[in-house]
Amino acid sequence: MDYATLLQVLDSSIRLATPLLLACLAGLYSERAGVFDIGLEGKMLIAAMTSASVAAIYGSVWLGLVAGVLASMAFALIHGVASITFRGNQLISGVALNFVAAGITVLIAQHLFGQGGRTPSLEGAARFLPIDLPLAGAFASVPVVGTLYAEVISGHSLLVYAAALLVPLTAFVLYRTRYGLRLRAVGENPASVDTAGVSVRNLRYSAVLITGVLCGLAGVYLACALQAGFGRDMTAGRGYIALAALIFAKWRPWHALWACLLFGFFQALALRPDVVETVTFMKVPVPFLDALPYMLTVIVLAGLVGKAIPPRAGGEPYVKER
Amino acid sequence: MTLMKHLLGAGATLALMAGAAFADPAVIFDMGGKFDKSFNEAAYNGAEKWKAETGTAYKEFEIKDNAQREQVLRQFAEEGVNPVVMVGFMWGDVLGKIAPEYPDTKFAIIDMVVDAPNVKSVVFNEHEGSYLVGMMAALASKTGTVGFVGGMDIPLIRKFGCGYAQGAKAVNPDIKFISNMTGTTPEAWNDPVKGAELTKAQKAQGADVVFAAAGGTGMGVLQAAKDEGILSIGVDSNQNYIQPGSVLTSMLKRVDNAVYEALKEGENLTPGINVMGLANDGVGYAMDEHNAALVTPEMQATVDEAAAKIKSGEVVVHDYMADNTCPAAEF
Repeated sequence: MDYATLLQVLDSSIRLATPLLLACLAGLYSERAGVFDIGLEGKMLIAAMTSASVAAIYGSVWLGLVAGVLASMAFALIHGVASITFRGNQLISGVALNFVAAGITVLIAQHLFGQGGRTPSLEGAARFLPIDLPLAGAFASVPVVGTLYAEVISGHSLLVYAAALLVPLTAFVLYRTRYGLRLRAVGENPASVDTAGVSVRNLRYSAVLITGVLCGLAGVYLACALQAGFGRDMTAGRGYIALAALIFAKWRPWHALWACLLFGFFQALALRPDVVETVTFMKVPVPFLDALPYMLTVIVLAGLVGKAIPPRAGGEPYVKER
Repeated sequence: MTLMKHLLGAGATLALMAGAAFADPAVIFDMGGKFDKSFNEAAYNGAEKWKAETGTAYKEFEIKDNAQREQVLRQFAEEGVNPVVMVGFMWGDVLGKIAPEYPDTKFAIIDMVVDAPNVKSVVFNEHEGSYLVGMMAALASKTGTVGFVGGMDIPLIRKFGCGYAQGAKAVNPDIKFISNMTGTTPEAWNDPVKGAELTKAQKAQGADVVFAAAGGTGMGVLQAAKDEGILSIGVDSNQNYIQPGSVLTSMLKRVDNAVYEALKEGENLTPGINVMGLANDGVGYAMDEHNAALVTPEMQATVDEAAAKIKSGEVVVHDYMADNTCPAAEF
């Protein structure tokens, strides 16, 4: 494998890892606050459809971004009401929202555009275009490091860089702020937070809404940056892979970044069976590469690489003692 | 008394329904939905053409999950709908079970063979149409590399890929052929993001024409080909207009003709296997104003010449599904 091929695979990895990373960080907030969210997939889907529709109608990707994030937040709020206020089963609420999203996205898109649940192709200002980082052109001639910068790091859409910045931001919020401390506490032992006079309900709602925002960004990235429009079920299970990455990362932000990059790298490798063959000197079946992220997650869950301990109060609605 | 009333009521309803449904045909679409810009939409267009010509209405149904298949077939058969036309290979198993139970109803299934005395099975020689677009791809390629992106890895999709590879090699025996399947689950039909990444990966390997036989995933292939400035080839319906100036041509599968013929035959539907190939205009390639600038008259002449040879039997395109092997490519 030559260096140019490696760069191409890494470039593809970053594009594929970004929606996973956004969804994974989204899940991190919610689950750290003690609300399991299996509905990442559904929120991404509704955001993808809404953003693509609004961008197609008004010709502005920024309006699309706002609409997509709001739609995802609305779904997050429903999940919050069901699982925080009404103390329903969080898994069931999440699964239900996934089903609702799968159906309603096609229904609305079909009603708006009559193209079989697809939105029209987005062009120009209705889409996030790749941006060249400063000096990418100048560095392109520098061997190794320069080409890496020009080919892999530069030339992605704005949301990729936003996702990368969200990792240190999340780490800071989670470990260095009062809000982060309370958020982690409410996922481990909500009673202690309550005793301290902080509202468990408000904390959890805020976490669920942040999840909505980040899932929205993931959906917008899929529909308006990677693709130029929405197609039915276009998330294709990425919300579940993000959940797997979250477990793999043991609910920690920096690890989430590495986990998503690794999973993205596997997905990119699965696109290039020829590369895998030249590197390993044997024919590796593509489905094996597709299954690798899940297998790694199972290995982590089985406790072979340290222990994956979820937030202790995860999945349990908090009932205030009377 | 009440029982009698119920029975009478039921009898009257049945009679009414039978009267209303007399000779009403039905078309049932598969899960892609009738506006999928591809396979199902072609079926819909065929039915609409028949409706416009005869002025007769037809019943229709779009299924949403597999559990509905048996239910909807039974319901139409009980209502006295005749014939019942269904599109998609997924109907095969259910129809095999239902058809013998309603010997007086005629069924037509497209893309699958069901062996029953009241079933007309229409299958297509996709490998012949793919061969033609493969030739077109090889003629248009400047890099000497052509790509194929399949949807779910099933024999039918390999049949497309195999015909395509044979066509490309017929033009240029040294051509490099790259093939990728999107996945092994039904999700592979609706993953435009992965389709786009596969296209970019194939471009990185030198491909400058990519044929997508991948349902909704193909939308991502067409989009990425346009973004990357290479050519793509559409499938099933004429998809040239989706990215004008970037889609070289589309491999046509005349599902519309098959549905139209089935409806036209009506209750006198001839049972048996009906193979639609190049010879009876069942498959072909699409030319229109959107790709006129991409296809030179010489290219078209070369492809048409090959089409004539296939029709006359002088050239035989290998069918992957006949023996699950492909002489021109490895999957």
